Formats: sequence, structure tokens, C-alpha cells
Amino acid sequence: MYVQGSYPIIEKRAIAKGIFDMTILCPDAAALAEPGQFMQVAAEGFFLRRPISICEIDKEHGTLRIVFEVRGKGTDKISELKRGDNIDIIAPLGHGFTVLEDAKAVCVGGGIGTPPMLGIAEKYGSNAEVISGFRTAAIAILQDDFKAAGCKTTLCTDDGTAGFHGFVTEPLKKRLETDKPDIIYACGPAPMLKGIAELAKEYGVRCEVSLEQRMACGVGACLVCVCKTVKDGEQFLSHVCKDGPVFDSKEVDFT
Amino acid sequence: MSERLKVNFCGVEFKNPVVPASGTYGYGREYESLYPLSKLGGISVKGTTLYPRQGNPGPRVAETPAGMLNSVGLQNGGAKKFLEYELPNLLTKDTRIIANIAGSTVEECAELAALIEPSAVDMVELNISCPNVAQGGAAFGTDCTVAAAVTAAVRKELKTKPLMVKLSPNVTSITDIAKSVEAAGADALSLINTLLGMRIDIKTRRPVLKRNVGGLSGPAVFPVAVRMVWQTANAVKIPVMGMGGIATWEDAVEMMMAGASAVQVGAAIFNDPYAPVKIIDGMERWCRENNIANISEIVGTVQPW
Ligand SMILES: Cc1cc2nc3c(=O)[nH]c(=O)nc-3n(C[C@H](O)[C@H](O)[C@H](O)COP(=O)(O)OP(=O)(O)OC[C@H]3O[C@@H](n4cnc5c(N)ncnc54)[C@H](O)[C@@H]3O)c2cc1C
Ligand SMILES: Cc1cc2nc3c(=O)[nH]c(=O)nc-3n(C[C@H](O)[C@H](O)[C@H](O)COP(=O)(O)O)c2cc1C
Ligand code: FES
Repeated sequence: MYVQGSYPIIEKRAIAKGIFDMTILCPDAAALAEPGQFMQVAAEGFFLRRPISICEIDKEHGTLRIVFEVRGKGTDKISELKRGDNIDIIAPLGHGFTVLEDAKAVCVGGGIGTPPMLGIAEKYGSNAEVISGFRTAAIAILQDDFKAAGCKTTLCTDDGTAGFHGFVTEPLKKRLETDKPDIIYACGPAPMLKGIAELAKEYGVRCEVSLEQRMACGVGACLVCVCKTVKDGEQFLSHVCKDGPVFDSKEVDFT
Repeated sequence: MSERLKVNFCGVEFKNPVVPASGTYGYGREYESLYPLSKLGGISVKGTTLYPRQGNPGPRVAETPAGMLNSVGLQNGGAKKFLEYELPNLLTKDTRIIANIAGSTVEECAELAALIEPSAVDMVELNISCPNVAQGGAAFGTDCTVAAAVTAAVRKELKTKPLMVKLSPNVTSITDIAKSVEAAGADALSLINTLLGMRIDIKTRRPVLKRNVGGLSGPAVFPVAVRMVWQTANAVKIPVMGMGGIATWEDAVEMMMAGASAVQVGAAIFNDPYAPVKIIDGMERWCRENNIANISEIVGTVQPW
């Protein structure tokens, strides 16, 4: 179930250079949304909508929050929308993360793959550790949000300007050695996801990854958004918008 | 819905002339939660092949000015799955069902037609124009002799169902192909399929699509589609279902004035999933305001200079 409509932006700010944070008042979409799902955002003057993850869901206030980076002309156009403007979205789409009861989770975000971790981390509160990695300190977003949700945060930067100097896989490995969680959630660049999937396998921990692919319909009708998956030894071309964006890491063929 | 939009398309009655185009609407399941499929004139379902097909590797889509390229490559679950799983569900939706079929050889197309013939689909659309497959596809639709041969082979198997042949725009003369297919026994024509195109990422110097090239659709192709539908409708006696870039009710009216007896709406649905319904409602209103008793009155009424 999803809806399409034009909804007011009730909050908008830049949280780092080129990274925008918007809260949309869309009670019907918010009521349906689960962490890990995404929305298709219309960019005026562009034919295809842009897929953006749902960062935070507030069912009580009927809002969905998105955090996105300007990567090209479409996201640039969307970033021009102001507080009070309407944004045309199709939401919520895809299937999100599996939430386990009474469990410990590690959420791993890489760069602009970090926003979808907020919604799922909030489900676990103090039972979640959020390991997030960024190129540099200036774009290390959402750390306060994770802390406000009660999560333990481990920040990594590629250049050492904040937190741990290195990739997210190192603190993840350490955590797996000392205090194995029940599940790992991850979103970020493909090489990072591949590394995390390998660690999860090595330590025998369940792991869900959120994938990206270019999309058109966003709802499973056009079949353009393929990714390679494996189930029971058989290869498939699955569709990120419908079968994902969240997949069990064991089922993703990262080659 | 009034009588104004009712059309008879080669013997099949459609409650309105608006049909989501093959490959852009799946089997309707994804849009049913937005509006009842019974609003639609019909649905041209995703291209079906004899056996399941995985399609091409990704990326399969590239944005273009006012449109998009796709290189799906006919990913589908095969004829058996269509007939046993998708069709029974579609038949409960109170809308016309057009089976869209494609094969890599003439024999395969004929075999598919034979499988579809006893089913309850309302008509068959033979795709001889897919630009995204290595065999069959556009290779069938760009040569008059081959196009006629595959049409005749399918015609032979389809004893009771109307046969509509879907033409490729990637030809020098659309009317030559149209006439060959008509002579080979087609009951109707549909056009246009996508135009072959390409996009390159200048940062990586790589094509955006993994298959390098793909089919262009969306508003960008609309004028080409109008021209081809106009030329074709004037060259044959059988009815034409027009498509290519239709996004608004005005586009649909224009396409019908060019000579289309009904229309299909494709890529516009990705931008606005309500597009087919908005087009139907807009046409209905326009007919009422202009005292047009039935939309068929406007078919081919363009008065060329
Ligand atoms: C499920 C999903 C969730 C996403 N969540 C977020 C998020 O929360 N925040 C965020 O900043 N970004 C997110 N992205 C990436 C975002 O969709 C792209 O950065 C965006 O589409 C780029 O559009 P553009 O017009 O700026 O770039 P252009 O390069 O001009 O876009 C051209 C075309 O390519 C597509 N495209 C380009 N890059 C990507 C990409 N990485 N993934 C999918 N399509 C792409 C565009 O949608 C468009 O159709 C997500 C992608 C997916 C698939
Ligand atoms: C993603 C996609 C998949 C398609 N798949 C098929 C198909 O399986 N069979 C077919 O006959 N046409 C297919 N088409 C072509 C459309 O049915 C239609 O002819 C074309 O897109 C032009 O119409 P439009 O501009 O309204 O999209 C596909 C088009 C798109 C965009
Ligand atoms: S984007 Fe259309 S099927 Fe995924």
C-alpha cells in the first residue's frame, strides 16, 4: 500500500554542505510507512522521480522525514523547495527492515546511506549501536539524532577529521568479536555493503542491506531496477523497488 | 461512465479508449491500490515469452529530456505463469485484457499464440518491435517480409481472437511495414514501440545503460508517434491503437485525431500513476463540453493542409 500526492514541507534545512533535511506532512503515507522504505520524489522539469529513503517516521504527527544530498540536477531541483511548498511524492515504497523483538542491533551507515538508519535505530533505542562513516567531519550528519534516540554512536571518517580514522568495517569487526548483536542493518556504497555482508557471514550474524538502483516506476511495474540475487543456489534478477530496497545480505550477489 | 468514451476496436468493445501500455503497468497489481482497474479501457500486459526470461543486466533505465531509455529485455515469467497465475486475476477486474506476446523465432511466436488462443484474453498484441532483445524483437519488425511471415504464422494459430501487431518506429517507411502486416492478416496495428537511443555518462565515458543502447519513450517521442500513426492510419484499412509519449488527455485527443481508434499510455505512468485515469476523465469532460456523442467521431479527423 502506498499513496501519491502533493504534501506540504513543514521543515527544511541544510544540515551540511549540499545535504538537505525535509519534514513532510503526509499523514496517510506516514501511517503506512516502516523503517527502510523509500519514496519517489518528483523533481520539477524532470521526467523520472528520484528515489529517497525515509529517514524518520512520526506516525503521531503524520510526518515523514528525508535527508538527501544534491548529486545532480534532479536532487538540486528538489533542494530548491522551501518550507511551506508542496512536494509531490509516492510513498511509502518497497519493503523495509525486519524489526526483531528484544534484540540488539548494529546499524551501519556509509555517507548518504546513513539517513535510513535513523528510523530503524529508533526502534531499538539503547539496544542499537550506530556505526556511521563519512569522507570527512563536515558531512558527518545525524549523530545528534542517533544520540537523542538513545543509541550508542561510533563515528568514522576516511580522513580522520572526526571519530575513528578508517572504514566502518573495523569498529564493526571489533563489535562482532566482543558483543555479537542479533542483527546488522546496513546502507551505503556497494563495496562497504559487500564488506559488511562478508563479516556478518563470518560471525554468523543476520544482516540486512539496503540497495540502490536507477528506477522509473518505483512500484514494481516496469522492471528496470534490477539487482542480482541468489536463493537456494539459484540466480535471480530481483527488483530493488519491490523485492527491496532491503534484502537479506545472504541473498545479494555483490559480484 | 457514460457512453461517450465507448469504442469498438476490431470487434472488441472497450468502455473507453485508454489502455496502459505493455511493460509499463505489469499485470495491474501495482496500481490497484490507487484506483480500481475497471476504470481503464483495458490493460496491455507485460510482454510474455514462451519461457521465463531474466532480461538484461542493470542499469536498465536512463533519464532523457522529457523521457527515458529502457533496456529491460522482456523480463517475464513465461506463458505458463501468465496463463495460470496472472490471467485469472486480471479476468476479475472488469477491463479488457490484451495479451502482449514476443518470440525469438517465428515458430516460437506461433507456439505462444496457440497457447493463448484458448484463454479468455480479449485480444493479442504481437510485439515485433522490441529493441532490447538479441533475437526476434525489432529484427522482425524492420523487414517487411519477416514481419509478414511472423504475422501470418501467428494469425494461423489465433482462430478466434483479434490480432494486433505492434510496430517498430525504427524503420525507414512505417507504411510499408504496416501494409505488409495488414496483408498477412493482422486485424489491427499498435504503434509506436520505443525508438532506439543511447546516453553516455561523460564522467565515466560509459553508456548509462549496461546494454549500451535502449528504447526511448515518454513525451519526447510524442510528435514522432503522432506522425507515424497519421501516416499508418492513412495507409491501411485496419484500426490503429496509437501510443508513444501520451501524458495528458489533450495528447490522447490529438493522437485520435491523427487516426488512432484507441490509445495506450506508457512511461507517463511512472511520473504520474494516475495518468490513465486523468486522461479518461479529461476526455470525458472534453466530449461533454464539445457535444461529442462518442469519441470515435474524432478518429482521423485531422484536416491536413
Ligand atoms: C532506494 C533508494 C534510496 C535512496 N535514498 C537516498 C537518500 O535517502 N538520500 C540521498 O541523498 N540519496 C538517496 N538515494 C540516491 C538518490 O536517488 C540519487 O542520488 C538521485 O536519484 C540522483 O538524482 P540526480 O537528479 O541528482 O542525479 P542525476 O545523475 O542527474 O540523475 C539522473 C538519473 O539517474 C538516477 N540516479 C542517479 N544516481 C542514482 C542513485 N545513486 N540511485 C538511484 N538512482 C540514481 C536519477 O534518479 C535519475 O533518474 C537513494 C536511492 C535509492 C535507489
Ligand atoms: C520500461 C518499459 C518496458 C516496456 N516493455 C514492453 C513490452 O514488454 N512489450 C511491448 O510491446 N512494449 C514494451 N514497452 C513499450 C511500450 O509499451 C510503448 O510502446 C512505448 O513505451 C511508447 O509509449 P510511451 O511513450 O507512452 O511509453 C515498454 C516500455 C517501457 C518504458
Ligand atoms: S522501478 Fe519500476 S520495477 Fe522498480
